[in-house]
Amino acid sequence: MLVVLPIAALVWASRADGVGSFWSVASSPESVAALKLSLGLAVLVSVVNAVFGTVIAWVLVRDEFWGKSFVNAVIDLPFALPTIVAGLTLLALYGPTSPVGIDISLTRTGIFVALLFVTLPFVVRTVQPVLLELDREAEEAARSLGAGELRVFRSIILPGILPGILSGVALAFARAVGEIGAVVLIAGNQPFRTEVASVFVFLHIQGGDQAGAAAVAVVMLLISFALLLAIGGLRYLATRYERA
Amino acid sequence: MRRYVLRLTAVGYLVLVLLAPLAMVFWRAFSHGGGEVWSTLSDPNTVHAFQLTVEIAAIAVPLNTFFGIVCGLLIVRRRFPGAGFVNALVDLPLAISPVVVGLSLFLLYGRTGWFGNWFTNHGIQILFAFPSMVIATVFISLPFVCREVVPTLREIGDEQEQAASTLGANGWQTFKRITLPSIRWAVIYGVVLTTARCIGEYGAVAVVSGHIEGKTETATLRVEDAYQNFQQAGAYGISIVLAVMSVIVLVAMTLLKPKEEAR
Repeated sequence: MLVVLPIAALVWASRADGVGSFWSVASSPESVAALKLSLGLAVLVSVVNAVFGTVIAWVLVRDEFWGKSFVNAVIDLPFALPTIVAGLTLLALYGPTSPVGIDISLTRTGIFVALLFVTLPFVVRTVQPVLLELDREAEEAARSLGAGELRVFRSIILPGILPGILSGVALAFARAVGEIGAVVLIAGNQPFRTEVASVFVFLHIQGGDQAGAAAVAVVMLLISFALLLAIGGLRYLATRYERA
Repeated sequence: MRRYVLRLTAVGYLVLVLLAPLAMVFWRAFSHGGGEVWSTLSDPNTVHAFQLTVEIAAIAVPLNTFFGIVCGLLIVRRRFPGAGFVNALVDLPLAISPVVVGLSLFLLYGRTGWFGNWFTNHGIQILFAFPSMVIATVFISLPFVCREVVPTLREIGDEQEQAASTLGANGWQTFKRITLPSIRWAVIYGVVLTTARCIGEYGAVAVVSGHIEGKTETATLRVEDAYQNFQQAGAYGISIVLAVMSVIVLVAMTLLKPKEEAR
């Protein structure tokens, strides 16, 4: 009731003026630019997260060093911190008055870093438990049979943690497409350059252009549904291995 | 050697993206003395913003806790057509952009919306007022309790519950004596996550609240407002209060986690 009705209203409003007009609004140059930027950044963010998230999870599970439990706790910070504060934090270090001389505000790089900040925990938190449960005997067997480290990682470890990485990436991707709080301050929100889809929707609601906002919102909604399906599929795959 | 490279990469990445910026906020806020920070924080509009944030959380968190437990029980314990659908629906707020959520509510309760007319005719204002902000927050923070409760419920199984009912316990007694104690930590952990999300919500609330200073402005909206009005130290000041809140949440999360795993 709470979830379905508002979304139904959104879809209804977007097609109220006919499918043709929905399409013409959704494919206007500005909305296409915003959607493209969001998707492109989300892809980049997903790739970086897949690599660094796995490395961080690896270090947290297999390595021992002083301060590890602190690092482990800090990972969740982006979940706990309000996103608008996250955006402001990045501005404090990498903004116009940056003490290290790096100014990435009002650029796409700025949006990219902001998205990296808020999506950091997803892959770490989905890979970590899988890595903990992974059978180390298989790795040692492979090593004693003469496999190099890279070979061990590629043929023993990676297949085990891949579902974890992928579901983390899917969550991070969804978050990156939809994020607004962390982005809104750092982006400058210039149409065609630094305006992401969520900000486009936000600005067009405030400007009274509900049709335009709804059209882009529906496209974003479709992306969310596709991702949910993907996550559901991955979850099914992961539990199927368990059942077998 | 490889170990050190990996360790350095992981910690270095965290410092660069996470810790260094956070440390900067503190430095930035107090670099011109605490005066401006204090004057922003004691501004009645800021105080009101924090009150509003707490009020919204105070309504949304209990609601979602109740809903999360009920939903978890439904998904795990009852076989009914559409259980998979409910399961997917609960995840929806995690995948949808908060702005899209905001717009949906905007269209539903707005003047031309399905419910908007009815409420306007009865003199109840939903949009640009407290009710819509609560609804938006509830929507956004819906999944957390349920997501924590579901795996725990699966793990404990229902043998004890069945034993209790064969011994004559009714549904409520079984729930209170058997189910609730065993999912306790999952519920608490979910509540912590929900609270963090409620306090930090920006996108959905920004759309439906209308941003009226001193009326429908929450703490997170206040941060944006202060920053856009060039009261940067003030914005950093409010951020610090919010950051301290989230550190408290974080500590709670860390303390609760091992207990949950050790059980």
